[in-house]
Amino acid sequence: MSDDNSTVVIDAGERDRLGHPLDYRELNRRIRKTLSEGQERIVLMNVMGQRYIASATGGTRMRIEIHGTPGNDLGAFLNGGTLEVFGNAQDVTANTMNGGRIVVHGNSGDITGLAARGGTLLVKGNSGYRVGIHIKEFEGVGPSLVIGGFVNDYVGEYMAGGTIFVMGLGCTSSPVGLNVGAGMHGGRILVRGGLDEHQLGPGACLAELDEKDAAVVEGLMSQYEAAFAATIDRSVPVLKVMPLDSRPFRGHYDSTTI
Amino acid sequence: MRTDIKVPEKYLPIIDQEACIRCKRCIKSCSYGALEFKDDKVRVKDGCVSCLRCVIDCPTSAITVVERPSSYAPHAVFSPEIRRSIMAQANSGGVLLSSCGANAEYMDIFNDILLDAAQVTNPSIDPLREPVETKTYLGRRPGKVVVDDDGRIDLDASETPIVVMDMPIMIGHISLGSISYNAQAALFRAASELNILAGTGEGGLHNDFYCHSKNLCAEVASGRFGVTSHYLKEVSCVDIKIGQGAKPGHGGHLPGEKVQKLISETRMIPLGTDALSPYPHHDIYSIEDLQQLISVLKESTEYSVPVGVKIAAVHNVGAIASGIVRAGADFLTIDGLRGGTGSAPRVIRDHAGMPIEIAVSAVDQRLQEEGLRDKVTLCASGSIRTAADMIKCIALGADVVGVCTSAMIAMGCTVCQQCHRGACSWGIATQVPELAARLDTEVAAQRVINMFHAWNEELKEIMGAMGIDSVESLVGNRDRLRYIGPNPRIAEILDVKHSGEGWG
Ligand code: SF4
Ligand code: SF4
Repeated sequence: MSDDNSTVVIDAGERDRLGHPLDYRELNRRIRKTLSEGQERIVLMNVMGQRYIASATGGTRMRIEIHGTPGNDLGAFLNGGTLEVFGNAQDVTANTMNGGRIVVHGNSGDITGLAARGGTLLVKGNSGYRVGIHIKEFEGVGPSLVIGGFVNDYVGEYMAGGTIFVMGLGCTSSPVGLNVGAGMHGGRILVRGGLDEHQLGPGACLAELDEKDAAVVEGLMSQYEAAFAATIDRSVPVLKVMPLDSRPFRGHYDSTTI
Repeated sequence: MRTDIKVPEKYLPIIDQEACIRCKRCIKSCSYGALEFKDDKVRVKDGCVSCLRCVIDCPTSAITVVERPSSYAPHAVFSPEIRRSIMAQANSGGVLLSSCGANAEYMDIFNDILLDAAQVTNPSIDPLREPVETKTYLGRRPGKVVVDDDGRIDLDASETPIVVMDMPIMIGHISLGSISYNAQAALFRAASELNILAGTGEGGLHNDFYCHSKNLCAEVASGRFGVTSHYLKEVSCVDIKIGQGAKPGHGGHLPGEKVQKLISETRMIPLGTDALSPYPHHDIYSIEDLQQLISVLKESTEYSVPVGVKIAAVHNVGAIASGIVRAGADFLTIDGLRGGTGSAPRVIRDHAGMPIEIAVSAVDQRLQEEGLRDKVTLCASGSIRTAADMIKCIALGADVVGVCTSAMIAMGCTVCQQCHRGACSWGIATQVPELAARLDTEVAAQRVINMFHAWNEELKEIMGAMGIDSVESLVGNRDRLRYIGPNPRIAEILDVKHSGEGWG
């Protein structure tokens, strides 16, 4: 935890007169107020499931530390800065993230990174179903979602760009579930440590890494190592899942005038 | 694999060779390549869709387009359409695609409803001489009035954001991508000048259109195209699109050919890729999940704009609507099965859902029963074709009507149902620069303004004739409607009396 003088500490576990922890509206109001006063370093203590934390925020120097368990939709529409969670994050973390960085020293829930189009998400542990659904990229800029352990089914569904990297740390079998990249039409899913054809969803195929991919893999591994003080064994092979076509619906429809 | 037997041509342009001055304008007009100039004559090829562009462009009115007389032998069960669709599918194995709204006459109930007017016991009002109010408010009703020290109602004291419109009309969500830049510019300009709302559709907002943001409702669909916090904060309201009447339960699909520079920038996706909106929002599998998306949008916009939800009219619409209001939506849009689309599978367009007349009435009744109706604005759309439909729809329970196809017709659309092919000869549903340039934004905007102005005048005329001086008193006022159609059970469901039944 930072003990910088300019850091503002907010106790999210503060009880109201009925004994409830701080309501999410009040917590977010305080975060926004602090940011609007030019204080960009915030520490949230005793977070107890408050949702929507730091949504639509994001100055480049913003840094919010979250101790405890944030609720769903952490960092939705995030534009920049860093959110660092010392605990587990819940569902829809990084919903439609535009930019910035979210670091989770634990696991994250289902639909992590839904529809993100920029920024970086590093999850130390595992994540749930439909991670990175419909993430996309524009003008070469896309999000990077890194999951240290395993993810469940439908990772990268409808994916239209960006990178998902599932590292499989601590896994003894394939770190991804079924229907990997179902309906994907852009981007790449990188899987370290095993993935079978039958795990692929419709529209996805397996490929070897090219030079660019290898550089991305190395870059993301180093970021992970730095964020979590980890060391990753480079000898485990990484495979790439990519789209068969950027036009998955080609030939599916008939436009004859009836 | 394709196995083609030709599906007979449907339309035939007939050229009056006497009248034709061989200016060749029609050949340029036709974006479907159905005309050519050969041996000093305009000749007809295959492919006419009856868009009528050539007919209107021809300086000597030398062209007539007719349905081909050589049609299938008549059969009461296997209509030509059914036979053609089977032929086409046997050729391609594809899902038949179409556009515009459902194409089936029996679904129309507006035509079976008659309006009331005042006689003797309640005086009518002359709207040209007495005030008849059409101002409409969109947003969550605060449920209380705050009075200032001078005894005046304090309008700013409301804790919930409200959008004020001059007419109970919203131009529905039509995305940039499904229509051209010029067409969207015209609709947005019209909305600004009329002080009504226009929907952005799910494709984000082009930088040039932020000047209209106070009259825009941003759509957040499952693809989240172009949705950033900046965009959400700039517009005057935000609409979560769950579904669309023309294709309930179906996702969005903008084919890669249409994803050109302009579209790619606005949607923030790469050039030339299919823009797919997943069928459901994968973060929403329940009312509780919907509540979260509503809440995160409110948090992200700092409670400065109303957040609504749009659903297609499906059979359980009443219960779903109730859940949506309980989930915190400030406004609710029900889109009926005749609603328009830039592209939808025919099988869904023509067969799934519920007509808006029944849906809006069912939702209005359900919300009343549960004490929720007062809390929200109810918008209804799905083929509100004329002022008469609008008035009937309001009297069936809508606060606001959403209109798309009629606004497109005002701009020149002939409802040829080819939007999905992207070659609109009127420059509306196309991204081909030469075709899009055919639409003059100024002229198109003015035509939309004229049409809605006329509708609003007709609304006032009808309200005046009914002796009602504010559109809010028309909302859900079923007493002023009577049913005259073939199925009295529909009247019961609408909670509208049959023609001939009086007040008592
Ligand atoms: S312009 Fe339209 S109506 Fe005329 S021939 Fe071409 S498709 Fe047919
Ligand atoms: S917008 Fe164009 S293509 Fe679509 S129905 Fe109208 S005229 Fe036809």
